[in-house]
Amino acid sequence: MTGFLNDKAVERLRSVGALPEFSGTRYVLMDFLARGGMGTVYAAQDKTLNRRVAIKVLDSSDHCNALEERLLREARVLAQLEHPGIVPVHDAGTLADGRVFYVMKFVEGSRVDQFLNNVSSLFERLRLFLRICETVSFAHSRGILHRDLKPSNVMVGAFGEVLVMDWGLAKILQPDSAGRFEETLGSSEPLCTGVTGDSETQITSATEDGVILGTPGFMSPEQAQGKSSSLDARTDIFSLGKLLEAILKQAKSTTAVRVPRALRAICQKAAAESLSGRYASVSELAEDISRYLDGMPVSAYRENLWERAQRFYTRYQAAILLITAYLLMRAIVVFFGRH
Amino acid sequence: MALDHSFVSGGGNFPQTRWSVVAAARSDDSTERAHALDVLFAAYWKPVYKYIRLKFSKVPDEAQDLTQGFFVELLERDLLSRFDARKSRLRTYVRLCVDSFVLNEIKHASRQKRGGDAIHLALDFPAAEGELNAQTIDPASIPSPDKFEDFFEKEWIRSLFSSAVEELRQSCEILGKQAAFVLFDIYDLSGDETLSYSQLAESHGLSVGDVTNQLAWARREFRRFAKERLRAICATDEEFARECKTLFGGNA
Repeated sequence: MTGFLNDKAVERLRSVGALPEFSGTRYVLMDFLARGGMGTVYAAQDKTLNRRVAIKVLDSSDHCNALEERLLREARVLAQLEHPGIVPVHDAGTLADGRVFYVMKFVEGSRVDQFLNNVSSLFERLRLFLRICETVSFAHSRGILHRDLKPSNVMVGAFGEVLVMDWGLAKILQPDSAGRFEETLGSSEPLCTGVTGDSETQITSATEDGVILGTPGFMSPEQAQGKSSSLDARTDIFSLGKLLEAILKQAKSTTAVRVPRALRAICQKAAAESLSGRYASVSELAEDISRYLDGMPVSAYRENLWERAQRFYTRYQAAILLITAYLLMRAIVVFFGRH
Repeated sequence: MALDHSFVSGGGNFPQTRWSVVAAARSDDSTERAHALDVLFAAYWKPVYKYIRLKFSKVPDEAQDLTQGFFVELLERDLLSRFDARKSRLRTYVRLCVDSFVLNEIKHASRQKRGGDAIHLALDFPAAEGELNAQTIDPASIPSPDKFEDFFEKEWIRSLFSSAVEELRQSCEILGKQAAFVLFDIYDLSGDETLSYSQLAESHGLSVGDVTNQLAWARREFRRFAKERLRAICATDEEFARECKTLFGGNA
């Protein structure tokens, strides 16, 4: 006869009961990793290739086939995006317990906000942000919007690789005759509402146009209004602006450095309320950041004379100091030569 | 009528996936009806007893009598036939029936010590009392008045899991897989979170792969037993899905 199950054992059994059923697959469950949009990510061992992988498994508690389709669509989106900044997908399918899953590369690393706790240099932070921009820009060039860019969806790997994660809310666009992207038929919003992904992401009430998808604080005004049909690259640019703001805020809190006006202006332009006020593309935003890093004027901010002089001095500091020292020395030589 | 884990659902005869006590309790077939009640009692008698003991502050003798009385009333007044799955979960309905029954008994103060020709269910009250003492040894673990609903749910889960674990133990014995149950017992039931697969493998002279596979099998079987039992005490697939979520969280 089995003994009394104490509270700890009951809790343990509850988590055991929630584990996905990997029998009949080539994967052996190892560990829980994280809760993501729509599902849970586990570490597993691929028995065939003898390597560790990460498996995202759909929460099967919702009787909504649209969620299954969504997870598979996320896998397909990832499979299309072969880029160093995007986790590659190896496999997808349905488990013996009926849950849909996909297998991806196991990434060892930390969330960008946690990683940045140990990075005090503003320049390093901006270089990291540029790599996020590169990845998002690549996705846009393939007609895919992320729609949920935020610190918890960016990881920094053990070797410094920057990865944009969780493409569960991605929207697939197709180019029209003018080269602009339009929404692909059948790739729009989920068919059911009231579903939440991770603790921050929201998929909420239906509107006249669609459902509200995204994370408060990072989603664009048009996303918050559920205007899904009018979304384009500028929606992700808004989120990138907010992400940059978060990255800079964190830098400010750890180093007590004032965020330069030019960077604040870049954030404001990227996260402008109106679509027309934002950068037209991620590469434009990235270019402004690069210009700032190179000590050049940025398009988002008109400097006054003093600021221009300051920037000029900062950029050519070494040369200016060298020339000044040379001139000073010449002056001294001339002065003592005459006396 | 004897009731304990050892006879529930006829040992290894598990209810069919869609078999439900609610439907079976309304059946014309008396065997089917009796089986349904067995399953229901097995899942609920301990939560009901502990709930009465704590919520109504009853001494063990009184709580035992009231528990017996409640299940007798459930049978005699055919309370299950009044359950409407569209309005609530069976678990909630049973708890409300217990509340109503006990309050009625207190109000009329006419409760007689049950005996004579009254139906007597052979429930292992000393075991339940022992569990309750172990649980409430710390005064902080005694639920506050507004937490009795949570307490009932927790006890219901404990009861369901206990039955599923016992079923797993019996199944392992039948299949000659006692080693798998031992690993499951040590790793998942002992509560030692510091234990690793490799430590377990070393102490049992197994490879880590063997430990992984045997634990995976035992967990799978436990999950199956727990879900089958849960399905049996749910009236509809929707209720089952909801209760699965309660039992295993959002991932079930």
